[in-house]
Amino acid sequence: MTSRNQPPFLFFASATLALLLAGIANFLPSASAGGQSNAGTNEKSLLAFRAVASVLTSPRCLNCHSSADGPLQGDDNHPHAMNVRRGVDGKGSPALRCFACHQSENGKTLHTPPGAADWQLPPAKTPMAWKGLSMGELCRTVKDPSKNGNRSLQDLIPHLDTSLVRWAWNPGPGRTTPPLSHDEFVSRLKEWIDTGAACPE
Amino acid sequence: MPLLWALREQLGLTGTKFGCGMALCGACTVHVDGNAVRSCVTLVGAVAGKRITTIEGLSADRSHPVQRAWLEVQVPQCGYCQPGQMMSAAALLAVNAHPSDGDIDDAMAGNLCRCGTYARIRKAIHVAAELTRSAK
Repeated sequence: MTSRNQPPFLFFASATLALLLAGIANFLPSASAGGQSNAGTNEKSLLAFRAVASVLTSPRCLNCHSSADGPLQGDDNHPHAMNVRRGVDGKGSPALRCFACHQSENGKTLHTPPGAADWQLPPAKTPMAWKGLSMGELCRTVKDPSKNGNRSLQDLIPHLDTSLVRWAWNPGPGRTTPPLSHDEFVSRLKEWIDTGAACPE
Repeated sequence: MPLLWALREQLGLTGTKFGCGMALCGACTVHVDGNAVRSCVTLVGAVAGKRITTIEGLSADRSHPVQRAWLEVQVPQCGYCQPGQMMSAAALLAVNAHPSDGDIDDAMAGNLCRCGTYARIRKAIHVAAELTRSAK
């Protein structure tokens, strides 16, 4: 009805424009379902890593993944008392080993040393130092075998099941635990890996 | 039961001292399989089958280089922390026959001395190292 009231040239102009646009659309990169999926997967991966990073940067993890030559202590990440050193193997200096004070289980009372089997820092060769890194730097460090103890992404998963990593959720009196549960931490790490292990800039 | 209790109360080896009970001062240091550990936080059950050496076991006749050096330099003042200091020093010399001042500071940083005998402790460790080397 409306077209009957339109001048003929407008009808032809509209039709031509529609055909032209349809033709151009064939040559434009389309926002395909796959593209949307990739973007969504990447975003999901980044979100998963942020959740993982919230644990990695919690005091229970960061105090041993320190950038210093020795461990840190407390929720304020202050240097470990007694000038404790990392040592070549991450288990202290030759005559002041971690196990001099840290046993295979936590001390029962406040301010006594925490403990777990194989208590140690990352070794000097691959210190896995996380303190002070941006989110992207942390992500790339975790992924890089030359910096993560020669682990593939899949190798990271069993590491999370060691008694030392699990200790973070049972740190003894007076110590906070990471913001996620251990199960959720493992789940988010797997999700990050399964979605492409994307890293923030 | 902490190893320290077993040593002092059950075995009567009172050379090893109780200081803080929290592995913070080093007065209770003994050797477990040759490594210095704090006996106040080490459970007896954790050292079953392992070789324990206390200050009484360094030597029966004060001939251990650390004992000789401690006497030569006259290290102690009140003396309470010294058994722990000597056990840490002996553990250091067992793995490092020629320690630098830095090595000594790193190894001994967990042993506190309220009398402040640190300078004499460091000097005595150098003397003990020399005695150890000259004996070989």
